[in-house]
Formats: sequence, C-alpha cells, structure tokens
Amino acid sequence: MKQTDAWGASFLELIRRASTDLPVDVERRLRAMRRAEDPESRARWVFDTILENTALARAKSLPLCQDTGTPLFFLRTPRGTDHLHLEKAICSAVARATRKGWLRQNAIDSITGRAYADNLAPGLPSIHIEQAPVRQVEARLVLKGGGSENMGMQYSLPDDALDAGRDLEGVRRCILDALVRAQGRGCAPGLLGVCIGGDRSAGLLEAKRQFLRSLSDRSPDPALARLEARVSREAVELGIGPMGFGGRGTLMGVKIGSLARLPASFFVSVSYMCWSCRRQGFSARPDGTIARWFQP
Amino acid sequence: MIHRLTYPFTREQTEPLQAGDGVRVFGLIYTGRDRLHKYLFEGGACPVPLADGGLYHCGPVMIREGAGWRAVAAGPTTSIREEPFMARILREHGVRVVIGKGGMGTATAKACAETGSVYLEAVGGAAQVLASCIVRVRGVRFESEFGSAEALWELEVADFPALVSIDARGVNLHHRIEHASQRALARLLANEKKDGRG
Ligand code: SF4
Repeated sequence: MKQTDAWGASFLELIRRASTDLPVDVERRLRAMRRAEDPESRARWVFDTILENTALARAKSLPLCQDTGTPLFFLRTPRGTDHLHLEKAICSAVARATRKGWLRQNAIDSITGRAYADNLAPGLPSIHIEQAPVRQVEARLVLKGGGSENMGMQYSLPDDALDAGRDLEGVRRCILDALVRAQGRGCAPGLLGVCIGGDRSAGLLEAKRQFLRSLSDRSPDPALARLEARVSREAVELGIGPMGFGGRGTLMGVKIGSLARLPASFFVSVSYMCWSCRRQGFSARPDGTIARWFQP
Repeated sequence: MIHRLTYPFTREQTEPLQAGDGVRVFGLIYTGRDRLHKYLFEGGACPVPLADGGLYHCGPVMIREGAGWRAVAAGPTTSIREEPFMARILREHGVRVVIGKGGMGTATAKACAETGSVYLEAVGGAAQVLASCIVRVRGVRFESEFGSAEALWELEVADFPALVSIDARGVNLHHRIEHASQRALARLLANEKKDGRG
C-alpha cells in the first residue's frame, strides 16, 4: 500500500513525544512526591534530579532515558480499518525514530546476541490492535524500560510462602511482596500495573494495559479502588524511597484490573513501570492526520 | 554533606566517604558494561591505566560531532550484572571508584573494604542530567569489538552527581533500607491477620 497518507508521520511524532516528553500527570505526581520528602534528604535530591532531567529532555527533544524500552502500541480502530496498513506505518516510524535517535538500538537477537539496526525484530515493536466502537483510530504508545520490566512478577495463588489465598487479601500480599523484592531497582518510584486472573500471558498484558490509565483515576470497581488506595498508602511505610535510597516516595501508584480465570488457576500478574513512565496517545482522521493528542 | 571526588581518585579521597553521602565527580572516568568487565576479568589487557580510576556502568548514546563525539544520553545501567567480575577488577586493576545503579553485592563490598574503593550510584533514568555533566569525550576503545554501547568511552566529567552506595569500609546503604522495608512489610501483614481473624 502507498504511504501517501499521514500515518507514518503521526506515529513518528507519537514516538518522539513518548521518548522525550514525560506525561503531565506523571510529572505532577513526581512533584507532589518531592514535596513530601524532607528537605536536604537523599530522596529530595533524587526527585530534584528526576524533575531536572524531565525538563532537559523536553527542552532538547532528547530521550528521557537511554533505555528507550520496549515500544508497546495499543490501537483501537473503527470497523473497516486496514490493520496491516497501520502495522506497516508503525514499523516504518519505529525504524525512522531509531535513525533519529528517539529510540536506541534496543532489539537484540536472543540467539546470536546481535543488535537489530532498526528495532524491527521478531516480537518488536509490540503491536496490539483491536476493533472498538470508536469513530476515529485511537493510538497509544507505552515505552517500557528493561530495568523495570525485570522487576515484574507473576504469582499463582494460593501461595504458601506468602500466606496468600485466593482473595483480595492474597492479592494485596502479592503486590507488596513484588514491591519489596524490587526495592529501588526498577528505578523507583514505580507504577504497578496488576491483573487478577486471566491465563499467564493475558494476565501480564492486562497488567501492562493498566499503565494507560491516568495516575489520578480510580478503578471503577469499588473493591479494587479500595485496594489501590490501600496499597498506595502502605507503600509509603516501606521506606524504600526513590532509587531505593530511603524515603517516602516508593510508588507513584498502583492500578489493578481483572480478567476471568479458570477454576483451576488464580494468577496475580504484577508489572513494574519505572518513574520514566513514558506514554502518549492520539486520535486520528482516516488519512492519518492527528485529530487530537491525549495523555492517556 | 556533598564531597568532591577528583581524578586521580586516591584513597585519601575515598576513605572519608560514608554510605549515603552525596558526591560530585570531576575529571576522567571510563564507561564499561558486560563485555568490558568480562574481558578484564578474563585477564585482557587494558589500553588505558585503571589505577586510581573510575569505571561507569553506562552504555551511552553518542553522536559524531566534527572529529569527536558528543554524549546525548548517558544514564547508569544496572550494576549487579557485573557482580561476578567486579571484585577482581577492583583488586587487580586498582579501580577506585565504580558508578552505576541498583546496588552491588557482598563480593564487591568486601573488595571495596580491602582496596579502599567505593561504589557510587547515579540517579537511574537521569540520562539528560548526566549527559550534561560530560564536558568532553576524549576517545573510545573497543568500539569495533564490543559495539558502541559496550565500548570503553573516555569521558571528562564535571559536577557529576552521585551517592555513596558502598563505602570504603564495605558498608552497603541498600542493606539497611532493604531490611527495614522487610520489617515494615511484616508489620503490615501481621496487623491484617489480627484485624481479619481476631
Ligand atoms: S528502569 Fe530506569 S534505566 Fe530502565 S528505562 Fe526506566 S528509568 Fe531508564
């Protein structure tokens, strides 16, 4: 198909924004967390550095972090949209963004250890397209860093070691366990995406979809909303702090979703997102021109 | 309290530092990741003198500028991957300052205590702030062998901000914080049992 439309340019700009411009809700949360730390503390110094970095990256249009992460594209399209065409446009934008330095050469062949020149490789970029009752294509991009990805966990309940049963109290124990295991290593303060249920692969994907939610929203399910608020409160008491240097600011938030499960299984999937929580989105007209930018 | 560390990094400079102190690094440091550590560990010759030197766990993004280079993103990478190699490199090459992120293990802490070396952490993800502290890229070694991200880059830095994670006595900042967080977790879980079942 001809690339006479604007899709390629729109996806390229989406990548540039995601890599260089931290979302406003994330920056606002980081500022609030900075204020909660003691003046002169190590934690305050980390937040100052993070916020200075955010301003520099935005002003210079350069990557927030040299690990530009796994590009996770989530698209919702009206009926009749050509998905293959959109995938092609995404891939060409990823290759161009790599040449322009908004993405690092970040895809390694798992057998030979060689880097792919353009970040186009089996499984990368990670593209999830679904039809939805929408009028325009909605595209969202999350860049998920490797250091934070390494901190993810998947639990199968019941779990004797955690004394975690198949209920929300068991889920709470899993989330707190994942957080204490991670310490500051996923570049705390992190954001936790959690999925209760699903099979193993669906659970982790749904956990990552939680990163699309605004930091200030609450789960529509009252029980999950209570659990989100509770774990966020309890995280402060752990004292891990930004980068694990000690302090109150261990967690930017926790977002919990759920999927149905089989009677035999009860998975709790936890995905850790670093403070550099890079996500942006747009809706576009049929020719690919941007109708509206939104911060998911 | 913020200390200054200036290359060459002598014991006189590192020994007063305590885990948790803030530092600013000045002068020459070298980058190195998995490939370089493995190479040095296996006895490879180093083309630059490492004694009293600094080794930064970093895979920078560099762009050509005239005849030289400019660092466009240069944050720390996870240090624990180098744990199997680090102690020997500290002992045999005389590296005095290691910089990275995420913390290192007991073998490194032991070698720090023996050699008067320190392990510093820079803020993870602060690629732009840290790149702006690189005043000059002096050169690069092993670029064709290891690739750009794994190469040994010779960097001149000024006012490079970091925190002492393991000091020259082998005290590890993260140990204290990790243990305290585990105790806090145990308290949070114990309370729930009382509330739920009592
Ligand atoms: S985990 Fe840290 S180093 Fe990795 S992408 Fe996130 S901020 Fe960057």
